[in-house]
Amino acid sequence: MKKLLKVALAAFMAVGLTACSGSGEKDEVTVAFVTDTGGINDKSFNQTSYQGLVDFTKEMGYAEPKYIESKADADYIPNLTTFADEKVDLIVAAGFKFDKAIAAVAEKYADQKLLVIDVGWLDAGKYKNVQQAVFTEHEGSFLVGVVAALKAQELGEKTVGYITGGDSASMLKFYAGYQQGVWAVDPEMKVLYDNANKFDDVALGKTLAEKQFAECSVIFHAAGGTGNGVIEAAKEAVLNGKEKWVIGVDKDQYEEGFYDDAKTKSVILTSMLKRVDVAAYNAAKAVAEGTFKGGVVTYALKDNGVGLPENNPNLTDDITAKVKDFTQKVVDGEITVSETPVTNAENPNTTFTGSTSQN
Amino acid sequence: MDYAIEMLNITKDFPGIRANDNVTIRVKNNTVHALLGENGAGKSTIMSILFGLYQPTSGTIKVKGKEVVIDDPNVANELGIGMVHQHFKLIDCFTVTENIILGMEPKGKLGTIDIKKAAKRVEELSKTYGLNVDPNAKISDISVGMQQRVEILKMLYRNAEILIFDEPTAVLTPQEIHELMKIMRNLIKEGKTILLITHKLKEIKEAADECTVLRKGKCIGTINVADTSEEEMARMMVGRDVNFSVEKGEAHLKENILEIKNLCVKDVKGLPAVKDFSLTVRAGEIVGLAGIDGNGQTELVYALTGLCKAESGEIILKNQNITKMPIKKRLKSGMSHVPEDRHKHGLVLDFTLKENFIIHCYDSSPFSKNFVLQPKAIDDYADKLIEQFDVRSGQGKNTLTRSMSGGNQQKAIIAREIDRSSDLLLVVQPTRGLDVGAIEYIHKRIVQERDAGKAVLLVSFELDEIMNLSDRIAVIHNGELSGLVYRKDIDENDLGLMMTGSMKKVEAL
Amino acid sequence: MKKYSHLTISLIAVATGLIFAFLLTLLTGKNPYDLLTALVRSMTGFNLQNIGSFNITYVLNWFLNAVPIILTGLSVAFAYRTGLFNIGGEGQIIAGSTAAAAVAILFDLPPVIHPIVCILAAALAGALWGLLPGFLKAYRNINEVVICIMMNYSGMYFCSWFTKRFLPIDPNTNERTISILKSAELPQVFTSTTSQFNWGFLVAIIGLFVFWFIIEKTTFGYSLRATGFNKEAARFAGMKVERNITLSMMIAGAFSGIAGAVLILGIYKYGRIFTTFDNYGFDGISVALVGGAQSIGVFLAGLLFGLFKAASGNLQLFNIPKEISELIQAIIIYLVAIQYAITLLLNKINMKKNKNQLENKVEGGNTSCN
Repeated sequence: MKKLLKVALAAFMAVGLTACSGSGEKDEVTVAFVTDTGGINDKSFNQTSYQGLVDFTKEMGYAEPKYIESKADADYIPNLTTFADEKVDLIVAAGFKFDKAIAAVAEKYADQKLLVIDVGWLDAGKYKNVQQAVFTEHEGSFLVGVVAALKAQELGEKTVGYITGGDSASMLKFYAGYQQGVWAVDPEMKVLYDNANKFDDVALGKTLAEKQFAECSVIFHAAGGTGNGVIEAAKEAVLNGKEKWVIGVDKDQYEEGFYDDAKTKSVILTSMLKRVDVAAYNAAKAVAEGTFKGGVVTYALKDNGVGLPENNPNLTDDITAKVKDFTQKVVDGEITVSETPVTNAENPNTTFTGSTSQN
Repeated sequence: MDYAIEMLNITKDFPGIRANDNVTIRVKNNTVHALLGENGAGKSTIMSILFGLYQPTSGTIKVKGKEVVIDDPNVANELGIGMVHQHFKLIDCFTVTENIILGMEPKGKLGTIDIKKAAKRVEELSKTYGLNVDPNAKISDISVGMQQRVEILKMLYRNAEILIFDEPTAVLTPQEIHELMKIMRNLIKEGKTILLITHKLKEIKEAADECTVLRKGKCIGTINVADTSEEEMARMMVGRDVNFSVEKGEAHLKENILEIKNLCVKDVKGLPAVKDFSLTVRAGEIVGLAGIDGNGQTELVYALTGLCKAESGEIILKNQNITKMPIKKRLKSGMSHVPEDRHKHGLVLDFTLKENFIIHCYDSSPFSKNFVLQPKAIDDYADKLIEQFDVRSGQGKNTLTRSMSGGNQQKAIIAREIDRSSDLLLVVQPTRGLDVGAIEYIHKRIVQERDAGKAVLLVSFELDEIMNLSDRIAVIHNGELSGLVYRKDIDENDLGLMMTGSMKKVEAL
Repeated sequence: MKKYSHLTISLIAVATGLIFAFLLTLLTGKNPYDLLTALVRSMTGFNLQNIGSFNITYVLNWFLNAVPIILTGLSVAFAYRTGLFNIGGEGQIIAGSTAAAAVAILFDLPPVIHPIVCILAAALAGALWGLLPGFLKAYRNINEVVICIMMNYSGMYFCSWFTKRFLPIDPNTNERTISILKSAELPQVFTSTTSQFNWGFLVAIIGLFVFWFIIEKTTFGYSLRATGFNKEAARFAGMKVERNITLSMMIAGAFSGIAGAVLILGIYKYGRIFTTFDNYGFDGISVALVGGAQSIGVFLAGLLFGLFKAASGNLQLFNIPKEISELIQAIIIYLVAIQYAITLLLNKINMKKNKNQLENKVEGGNTSCN
């Protein structure tokens, strides 16, 4: 027993010494990422944002960026602080839950450059080194609203569906844009609304989707992991001979919609892209080039911050062309998309009755 | 004559204590060899060594003349040594056969259990040794005596040649004890050897051929049972003369302390267990309540102490109606109680001795001040009781009660209850499972209480105890009072008739 | 059979857990020295791979992480001493968090007084959440585990509704309340450091003392322990067993409720709308188990598990997967849970040793029978 311990200790020391000498040179730009409780492989904004940093380091030939996964909301500040103490050049975090933590760390480390995605309300004058990246999700959602309505028309229906994971102000932007997109095609079309209140409940997503699919054939989900249940429900319906479609969110979810063994057919009609990776990449690049600035940076349709994927195998040329028209109109400012949704009281063609939270 | 087992010059040291000191036991083939000793004399230690649970500090063990090292119970099993434990190790919801084959299930085709084959073998064994066990009965449905026979079968099924019985009669009724003695003789007839651990002299006299006596870890001697009287054995075991009959003078009766009037109590199933029961106990007398187990004694005692409520009737303690009083108040108004089940009701086994002493009065002065325990007062009180009542334990008042011997646990309860100097002392089965020395002591204390003017109600299933202690004897049968007589006017035979309900005689009011 | 102290067994469990962790890092191709570095840094603030660097924040973060789980550990331990299993810590924490947030936002009180009132409110809310399982167990003999688990969920949904209905919600996120009043915050102890280590640690220390005092020193604690060890004997001795069980569960709930308050007032500083459990209540079960349901044991076990929580960041920084720390915890809990097996093993080892000695003695011709 004692002998074994000695050998093991010696081994640690030996490996340790070699490890010490191997750490990187200082002229590299170092970037790091802190996830929320979803983890790095969440197939959502943690993963996508981190991918932006990976793209950056690959391009520059640096080592892969470090990251820390948070186990609880209480870990955000300690994890950000850990990187700040390591004197990392840029720390990135994604999600509105990070707002207070980023502010607290920025206050302690005035020189630390930070990028927070999906937060746009921190005092830009006070936190000079915090870049806040926001997206015009309503614009992107407007386009998928157009797609949904056109597809419904193609199928001879007058209803489309929408399932969300929450009803915070930033989540309501999705539904607002979606409504307007649908009604831009057909003002009489009904837009269903259901709130799962959770981003990680696959079973609930499936239940809600099954409910909506009884009335319509196209659902746009803005519900993270809960949305996987929506996709699941569509696959089941398709395998039972019905035609059902799902519009994905954040990244191109086409591959997640495969329902045949050959992986050629997908229930994903299209996806509403939110290029958080671009935001992360841009910020890292800016740090490398010395052009990083604090304050709110908006990624709009015209900046390719939101939009549809380049390839949409399930869209007809006709729809693609019409979407292109609408894209141009939004980019040109001919159409302005509102960020607040219309409630059932204002327009009976929506089932949305208002946010559940009191303001 | 060949020896089945020889344990030669065994010494076993535990930190701070020598449990066995140069003990030698030689068990002849085909005999019942008894191992006699008080609780704490080292009987269990020496048996644990034989069974491979402990290693001796020094000494040798021979089985059938060959020297062996038993460092594991499995080794003991392989050597043909089987143990019938005092507390059965059976699974209630399994059948007899399933319990017996547990751990060595006979495999049929495809690895299934061949239960039929096993059941057949069990039946054969049962017949051979006259055990009369139904192999397909469920354990939960059979009597305690039958369960013990299942334990015996378990050993026989494993081809044990040498059977160790650890206090086998502690849980049995008199009839079952008699039955067991017969079974032991059968086993011997069929070529087995038995090592019987006990402190009951009657049983040794009835069943054993030879007897080795242990006292305080030392081997006192091995005797031929037929040539030795019970008194002689008792003297060897305790180290002094033992008085079997309790010496007591005339009772001096005073006022009524406990009056039970037309009491009716239901059992847990809601059936009437005590029916229209009336009894009075006066200061200065011992009233013994005799009866066969399960005739309403438990429910009667529960109703008296407040553990279950009376359906109708009254309980008067010192002219105060306590029928509906909560437990605490009853205890405070003059009732002491030595419960039947000392582990379940009498003691908190995971408490230290001193903590158990204050279980009734922990929240009153001097043990508590402003809801805070007073360690000094508690320690002093414990020291006092330990000294007065001669309660023996490893670490005095700080001993974990669980680690104490049964006799000393009971002494601790008696000490606690007597010291509260209540007017009524309710004593239930006070000497069950205790050795001669402890029984003698406890009986003496009970008589002392009577002489001090207390009213004592003694509930016991042991006829000897009732006959020895009581001034008046009440008999309960099927929940009804079937007898109430003066001790001097009655013999065991009539008492037996009353207990079975064949005779009714209520005269000593 | 020799008994071993709980401490011995716990230490063996910890050592085994660490050895396993080192072997596993080696097997997965990571560097065990990095694991050591991460753990040492989380404990002491020193970086073994960069001699001379020292950061007190890590030490403070260790203690910071220990505070809530010490409190939930006390919660589980308190119930356990009365023979109850409090698996309802999650619901009690949520109730405590919500109550603390409500008082911290809606009432304007002077500093020092304000957090104390918040904590008392949280204790009350936690106790309320322990009332039902305790009451049903005591008077209806309904398994407290089932009720506790149901109370966890009803706590989460009720408090979420309560917060949305009665407390001002932060308009930016819609997922939490506005910040609590400055006067209600538990301030940082060392403002010069970057750690959030706050005066909540004092609450944990007081909690440890109160636990020890109630259980070991008071008549109430005596009757609770008697009830826990042997309900029948306690009833027999005239103790109010039903009342004890109910009260014990309520006090356990209060400890968890306070843990919730300390988190809100010291770390989050806003009221939360819970959609999942934070697992502090479940961590409390491990802490109480490893700590042997004793005050000092809970303290040490709380520090131990707090370290693993706190080390998560450092482990990842040194390229060790954070699952390693969870693995160590799992092994420790597992080994403590099967402590009987460890006792058995130690006895076997000792027996072998004794046997060898015995044989040596025999060779030396030293056996004496007297």
